[in-house]
Amino acid sequence: MFDLDLWREIFQSINKNRTRSLLSGFTVAFAILLFAILFGIANGLKNTFKEAFGTDANNSIIVYPGRTTKANNGLQAGRQIQFKNEDEQFVLDEFGEKVQYITSKVNRSVTASFKGEKNNYELRAVQPDYMFIENNKVSDGRYINQNDLDNRTKVAIIGRIVNDDLFLKESAIGKYINLSGIPYKVVGVFTDDEGDNEERVIYIPITTAQFVYGNNDYIDLLHLTYNPDMNVDEALSFGSLLTKKLKDRFSVANSDQRAIRVQNMAQGMKQVDIMTFSLTVIILVIGLGTLIAGIVGISNIMIFIVKERTKEIGIRKALGASPKSIVSIILIESVLITTIAGYVGLLVGVGVLEIAGPSLETYFIKDPGVSNSLVFGATFTLIIAGAIAGYLPAKKASQIKPIVALRND
Amino acid sequence: MLKINQLHKSYPIGDSSLHVLKGIDLTVDEGEMVAIMGSSGSGKSTLLNIIGMLDEADEGEYILDGLPIKNLTEKKAAVYRNKFLGFIFQSFNLINYKTALENVALPLYYQGMKRKERLEKALFHLEKVGLANWSHHLPKELSGGQKQRVAIARALAANPKLLLADEPTGALDTKTSYDIMAFIQQLNDEGKTILMVTHEEDIANMCKRIVRLRDGVIMEDKKVEQVRAEQYV
Ligand SMILES: Nc1ncnc2c1ncn2[C@@H]1O[C@H](COP(=O)(O)OP(=O)(O)O)[C@@H](O)[C@H]1O
Ligand SMILES: [Mg+2]
Repeated sequence: MFDLDLWREIFQSINKNRTRSLLSGFTVAFAILLFAILFGIANGLKNTFKEAFGTDANNSIIVYPGRTTKANNGLQAGRQIQFKNEDEQFVLDEFGEKVQYITSKVNRSVTASFKGEKNNYELRAVQPDYMFIENNKVSDGRYINQNDLDNRTKVAIIGRIVNDDLFLKESAIGKYINLSGIPYKVVGVFTDDEGDNEERVIYIPITTAQFVYGNNDYIDLLHLTYNPDMNVDEALSFGSLLTKKLKDRFSVANSDQRAIRVQNMAQGMKQVDIMTFSLTVIILVIGLGTLIAGIVGISNIMIFIVKERTKEIGIRKALGASPKSIVSIILIESVLITTIAGYVGLLVGVGVLEIAGPSLETYFIKDPGVSNSLVFGATFTLIIAGAIAGYLPAKKASQIKPIVALRND
Repeated sequence: MLKINQLHKSYPIGDSSLHVLKGIDLTVDEGEMVAIMGSSGSGKSTLLNIIGMLDEADEGEYILDGLPIKNLTEKKAAVYRNKFLGFIFQSFNLINYKTALENVALPLYYQGMKRKERLEKALFHLEKVGLANWSHHLPKELSGGQKQRVAIARALAANPKLLLADEPTGALDTKTSYDIMAFIQQLNDEGKTILMVTHEEDIANMCKRIVRLRDGVIMEDKKVEQVRAEQYV
């Protein structure tokens, strides 16, 4: 039931005892403010940390062949391992459903020229899946497709920087770019969020490269992404198994670290997970600490308020106030102040993060922010704490004999 | 009006206890105006507080308006205090952040009276004590005598059967004291039962009966010729 008179009593008490109200409100607002800011900063650190790991698919695995360092199965050390097209097929046959995307790759360095402009770039001969593995975006034209692979078309997809360097203001699409003496038709321009170096690259179909650079089916390396449904541990064991199978396939000793190298991003992910977990723990400790400080603050204030109001309670009781009315007047007042102050602290905290956020990027804090539900949760916790902290002394005060309360000066 | 039988009260002091009231017998009828006298520390306030249900006796019987007062819950006690009793304290005990009018209206709030009605009634009582023009002032803006008048108006607001006053003139100068006494006498003339603690002979003589306490018992209980306060005003 809405008791207007009760609320009038409460508002009068809050309004007429401004110092007291402001003081208790300030504690709560400050606790929530601190909570929001600390949490936001910690989240910003987390974001920076995540971003440092690039925008490449972070479930990628790269397999490089190398030279054996150990004799095995009657084969000598120092043997060069060479991957061929059939090895990609082997991986797919063995691990089909564990592989999300896969591409074979041939890497070269080329001199590219168009009209008067000329420069050296990295050439990557790949398959269509590579677009997803590298997280490339095609800004103009198209990417490599199956038709290119089947027909060994001489087409090139060039990075944004290559486009800017060589084609100046012209559109590159449909033009012929000369790569170390062979003309390729530019069919696409791509961008990569990871940075300029990833845009100083030219892609061509791998079958074309194999034909042009030796008319064979050699590949330099395999680049794949594992099924994202796998967790880090599953991904790690998938990586080990992949290594093992390939070593067996090429009669490489198990202990040989160089002949077949597997670079599994899951390894890094594991470390990221550990880091993220540590950060989360730190954040939780900070958050909990702030909250506990806030709760202790409110409890103290409530005890102080009840003490300060003891005489008033005595007067009210002498005039016929029931214990219940005493408790509710103190309790509702404290909850009201906590709620309003908590909301103010929340607004200020979120506002500070919003305003100061962008300038914090130099300190490795990116997009600091807190979820609304989290701050609401914190505010709610403080309200409950304030209510409990207020209830106990209020209950006690409502129970003491009026004469004892009246004697309090 | 009230009947007290063999009332005892002690206060614990450290390990021992101080026996303040050692068997009080007292009967007060409706319409009486009684002064409770005695030297400082003789237990006057203690007795009045027990009568006013602000404190509890250890032993003995206390019947107020036919109701035995014993082991009441705080909730019940609150209702009785509100309905039967009006208090006037030496230190006024007004709520400092409430105006005179709001202070007077407070007992009516606890009666559950509607705001408009209780403010009207409070103003009526303030008028009666001559403070209608001060209704929106805070206690700190009032003189001692004015504060005590507000306290009297507040005690009267709920129309109690019994008015209890603990040294109502104790904090006032002589002239103001007589002013207040004149008013209390007027209330008694109108039929209100009044019980008043004082240690001043002249104030006590303005009542109709004097009860003297000493060492925790009543040593004298006599009717007196009432001295009217108006003549000094
Ligand atoms: N709460 C208390 N605790 C201990 N002693 C008390 C308490 N209240 C009163 N007393 C003692 O009881 C005696 C009577 O007090 P009181 O009734 O206030 O006397 P009076 O009003 O006659 O001056 C005094 O000695 C006083 O010190
Ligand atoms: Mg006294």
